[in-house]
Amino acid sequence: MPRWRIPTCASAALAAAGLLLSGCANPSVGSANDDPTKPVTLKFWHGWATPGEVKAVNDSIDRFEKLHPNIKVKATGNVSDETINQALRAGGDKAPDVVSSFTTNNVGQYCDSGMWANLDPFMKKTGLDKKKTFPKTLLDYTSYRGSQCALPLLADAYGMYYNKDAYKEAGIERPPRTMSEFKKVAEKLTVRSGKDSYKRVGFMPNFRFYQNSPDRLFAQWGPQYFDAKGDARLADEPKTYKFFKTADQLADAQGGYDDLERFRLTFGDEMSSQNAFLTGKVAMHLDGEWRGLMLDDAKAKFDWGVAPLPVPDDQADTYGRGFITGTVAGIAHSSKHQNAAWELVRFLTADTDQVVKFANAIHNVPSTFAALKSPKLDADPTFRTFFDILRNKHSKALPPSVNGGAYVVSLQDFSYSVEAGRVGDLRKGLKKLDDQIDADTLQSKS
Amino acid sequence: MALQLSNPARRRLRTLGFLSPWLVGFSVFFAYPLIATVYFSFMHYNQIKEPTFVGLRNWRYVFEQMPLFGPALWNTLWLVVIMVALRVVFGLSLGLLITKIKTGAGFFRTAFYLPYLAPPVAATVAFVFLLNPGTGPVNEILSSIGITGPNWFNDPDTAKPSLVLLSLWGIGDLMVIFMAALLDVPKEQYEAADLDGAGPFAKFRYVTWPAITPIVMFAVVTGVVQTMQYYTQALVAGKVASGVNIGPGSVIQPGYPDHSTLTVPQLVYQMGFQNFNTGAACVLSLVLFAIAMAVTMLLMRKRSGLLAAED
Repeated sequence: MPRWRIPTCASAALAAAGLLLSGCANPSVGSANDDPTKPVTLKFWHGWATPGEVKAVNDSIDRFEKLHPNIKVKATGNVSDETINQALRAGGDKAPDVVSSFTTNNVGQYCDSGMWANLDPFMKKTGLDKKKTFPKTLLDYTSYRGSQCALPLLADAYGMYYNKDAYKEAGIERPPRTMSEFKKVAEKLTVRSGKDSYKRVGFMPNFRFYQNSPDRLFAQWGPQYFDAKGDARLADEPKTYKFFKTADQLADAQGGYDDLERFRLTFGDEMSSQNAFLTGKVAMHLDGEWRGLMLDDAKAKFDWGVAPLPVPDDQADTYGRGFITGTVAGIAHSSKHQNAAWELVRFLTADTDQVVKFANAIHNVPSTFAALKSPKLDADPTFRTFFDILRNKHSKALPPSVNGGAYVVSLQDFSYSVEAGRVGDLRKGLKKLDDQIDADTLQSKS
Repeated sequence: MALQLSNPARRRLRTLGFLSPWLVGFSVFFAYPLIATVYFSFMHYNQIKEPTFVGLRNWRYVFEQMPLFGPALWNTLWLVVIMVALRVVFGLSLGLLITKIKTGAGFFRTAFYLPYLAPPVAATVAFVFLLNPGTGPVNEILSSIGITGPNWFNDPDTAKPSLVLLSLWGIGDLMVIFMAALLDVPKEQYEAADLDGAGPFAKFRYVTWPAITPIVMFAVVTGVVQTMQYYTQALVAGKVASGVNIGPGSVIQPGYPDHSTLTVPQLVYQMGFQNFNTGAACVLSLVLFAIAMAVTMLLMRKRSGLLAAED
């Protein structure tokens, strides 16, 4: 063989081997041929991590195992979406059968990619009418283009926690309902210390503060992110401009973005005893329903209350709305026991008694009509405020998208630049953001 | 019947036999991933469904529609130039100083080497804590002497220099390599230079530098390749400094503040394993590979030129 042929042949062989191997890289596909009455062990991955939450999950599993003695459930907690994503793509025996996620952002991706199995056939088989069981907003955020690949496993509603002692001190009688009231109250509650620092701010408007991500605040305006064709329309949405203007005014009323940002950096971790609301550094605070339980557990040194977050002045009739999201649960596409897995998903998401017990235990909002009406539900009025936010017809969840939360990340990123005053022409910037979201969406489609 | 082989054929087989462990490693860990990366750069593949051919779509997406590609590439190249240059200068200076010290050299050697042993994540978290503009001790000390400290990791202008400071703090590995090279320079040459009346600068220029050039080149080449892959410290510093923690399901764009610490490897990870946009991730990896390859070849050519000049 002439000398030149050896490297040529070798690289051709390597290329061929590479292509062959890459063709084999697809993960296994599961099946729904199993008998749900036969003995089986299911793997269930979830994100709950604190001891109280883990106990509540384990109690739920005990209840399930009592009802289905042939099904054992092995639960793994504190699992992030990233881990679930990668495990399901890798497939294999170690991959979970039932999965849950703390965010609705990724549902579009889960459904479109086929990574989570479509649950409609299972519902049909076992006679579960989803429209009669779950509120529409929740069904919307657990499906994508006709594929109901997830079901809501408790919901999260966002409202405003406020420091009643600080209100009294500042002579404020009730929580603000409109954005202009909000600005005035925030300014009144702000106490500065020195030239560029604070003892307390009324409301920390900066988007990097704990749960303040722009998509959550923006929900108060009731935005429409996409048009009928699925193209981004933030630049054409008048509410976008009003939203950014209000955020800017809120910051200015309390000393401006730079000073607030400097103060924000002194805050402790959100989920720790150094939480800025708990330590009194912030008087009004956007957060989910779980915070109430945490404030009680931490024995907050002040009296606190809960109200919906204010709405724009020109939409005063929508007061009571809020941002909605929630935990979702589904079946892994690679599971070989999908019928048994469905029994677990059905129990966790649609069994009224279970949903109520679990909601009471971890202080999340129940996600079925029946559970929301249940007399066994925790009667704590601060907790119940969030039920009303969930039920409010103006409340908003994020629309699902083929590439999951990529558009939310782009919006967040853009908003950080806007609040820091680094976007000169907002219209031009938003146009570019829309183009970016559309390009990313197109890129993710097959 | 035994196989009859001519002498050259036998020699070739023997050579291949000796080479085979390397060939297997090369094929499995380099050639195959490289070919697969090129293959997937022309495919739409979400790591679930079958890959489909999309031509140059991924390439166009990266070069024309990905606004973060420019900043990420700029940051990566900035870090390669500034960080590698400063690391070499600082590492060499430290090595020179410590080899010259008569007493306490052991103490200084240990003191400067220790930070290198800290795990990168822990070291970065500690550094971000030290440089926190609101509560960090560094700015508190500065303000006590009347200086307003910078915002370090929280300002797009100082975030990258802060990463460089972090890397200089962990300079121990390079310092030890340079010390070994410096102690290896023949003493007679210094004595001859002394006899010729050379000063310290002339001695460094004409004796030390030529002797340690190959080591400097080694430090530069490995530094360039390592910095091209810069990921952990930038990611951790950005995340910790931003103070953003919005739950296990949420994705945060790395690169805080204002993409100033976003590097290409972070973008590769985000594209490939968060967005499952395998094609775009492969394109980004190939761009990085091409740049690293070009820079390394350039440096290697320079090195062989230097070695030839020495001969």
